[in-house]
Amino acid sequence: MSNTELLVKELVKQHGKTRNSLMAVLQGVVQEERFLSEDAMIAVARELDLAAADVYGTASFYTFLDTVPRGKNIIRVCKTITCHMKGKDEVLLALENMLKIKVGETTHDKRFTLLTANCLGWCHKGPVMLVNDEIYPELTPQKAIEIIEEYAKHH
Amino acid sequence: MDKPIKKVDIIFEIGDDYNALDVLDKALARPADDIVLDLIDSGLKGRGGAGFLTGLKWKFTKNEDSDIKYVICNADEGEPGTFKDREILDRVPEKVFVGMAICGYVIGAREGYIYLRGEYNFLVKNLLNKLETFNKQLKERNLDFVIGIRSGSGAYVCGEESALFESMEGHRGEPRNKPPYPTVAGYNKKPTVINNVETLVYVAMITRLGVNRFKELGTKDSRGSKVFSVSGDTPIPGIYELELGMPLSQFVDEFADGDAKAVQVGGASGSCVPRKKFGDTIIGFEGIPTGGSMMIFNSSRSMYNVLHDYLEFFTEESCGQCTPCRVGCQQLLKGIEAVKRGEKPPAYLDELKKLTATMRIAAKCGLGQSVGNPFNSIIDNFREEIIY
Repeated sequence: MSNTELLVKELVKQHGKTRNSLMAVLQGVVQEERFLSEDAMIAVARELDLAAADVYGTASFYTFLDTVPRGKNIIRVCKTITCHMKGKDEVLLALENMLKIKVGETTHDKRFTLLTANCLGWCHKGPVMLVNDEIYPELTPQKAIEIIEEYAKHH
Repeated sequence: MDKPIKKVDIIFEIGDDYNALDVLDKALARPADDIVLDLIDSGLKGRGGAGFLTGLKWKFTKNEDSDIKYVICNADEGEPGTFKDREILDRVPEKVFVGMAICGYVIGAREGYIYLRGEYNFLVKNLLNKLETFNKQLKERNLDFVIGIRSGSGAYVCGEESALFESMEGHRGEPRNKPPYPTVAGYNKKPTVINNVETLVYVAMITRLGVNRFKELGTKDSRGSKVFSVSGDTPIPGIYELELGMPLSQFVDEFADGDAKAVQVGGASGSCVPRKKFGDTIIGFEGIPTGGSMMIFNSSRSMYNVLHDYLEFFTEESCGQCTPCRVGCQQLLKGIEAVKRGEKPPAYLDELKKLTATMRIAAKCGLGQSVGNPFNSIIDNFREEIIY
């Protein structure tokens, strides 16, 4: 049995074998593997007795349930209006230059994926980014680079 | 002469004598019917934006004949400009729990859930720690009610109550047809009270301070105070608890940078008020009702960019289920781009306004229905900025 199948079995055991557990199971897989592979979605479908297409159909609805491979660290820069007004474009540009990727891409070494997000709920402290589950408000381009440098060192 | 803007500190005040559990005990000592009557009498309306009488919602759910009922705290706060619920859950989570427990007691529910947006997952650890203690305390009081947490996964539409239930049930977060309403068939098709984070805190605070203290604040149509999220061109962005019913001009005097040309009241789906209407716009249910989001724009901002940003947001966050919203949002966005580029004449904006009228009638949920609010208010008041 593959690691993914073991993980899915464990998550189903933890959350229960009903449809109501689907989101929690999918979230658990993403937490561990950073995205939902075909194998993972098939394993979830088998464990919860659903069609694989149904699992994919649900997963693909949600922004955080990625179905394409992502880097070890996912950076999401808020792009909505007040962050925009406070300079999110400059922050994004700095991160793109630093990581040598465009928004939506993953670095060659698979350590970072750079994405934008629709309102992270820190409109009074923009620009803001979410790195995995950690929030970083009141960014400047320099501050954003320093934060990601720390991740490059330690994660 | 308008009465001065009144800052209130009910939600975040923690006095020496304050204990969240005392409030719960106070509620548990009373008959459930009395609590419902008090809530109705208080005039508390839901703080998520829709403004339904909270007491009435509880009463309907209480009266449903069902073994299983649920209490859901809607913490899927995703409207651009809104960040109050995060602050509440971070600073005074126990007050939210108490509000949920009072609801559980009143309607006879045994389970409650906080549906927390995925973007706020950093709050989960602290909330779970506090819930562990709180759930134990409920047990000690022989209240058969347990609160858990469910996480969202980045979908704005899941803040719509029926889409939220779908998501909790493991489906795409697509809104349901109504009726039936959640009070009859909500989570797991069982009678459910779903309230915004802030609403539940106000229930706890009304229980603590009494109905009259709450009724002293606000106006006839907009009782009480409310938490406002202030952002944009302001020297003092942040969250503030203010009395409802104030004129927008006073708000601008207090919070803007002296150069405000527009205030978006009620988040991206709310209405954009231009400077000339600041004086006669009331913030409250008799004027512009709001979930609390106030975005201030000064004269350095392009209202075309503001509208473009909102429309991009709605285009991406439309669940895609119903055509008026899915296609409508895209066409509005493409439409203003075409006018800006000169590919369509300015009169095309009026055609687009007709489209928002169709969306208001034909879209299945509040998302598609309300896109016309920012669209029409910005087109009407800043038409030249959209065209040139």
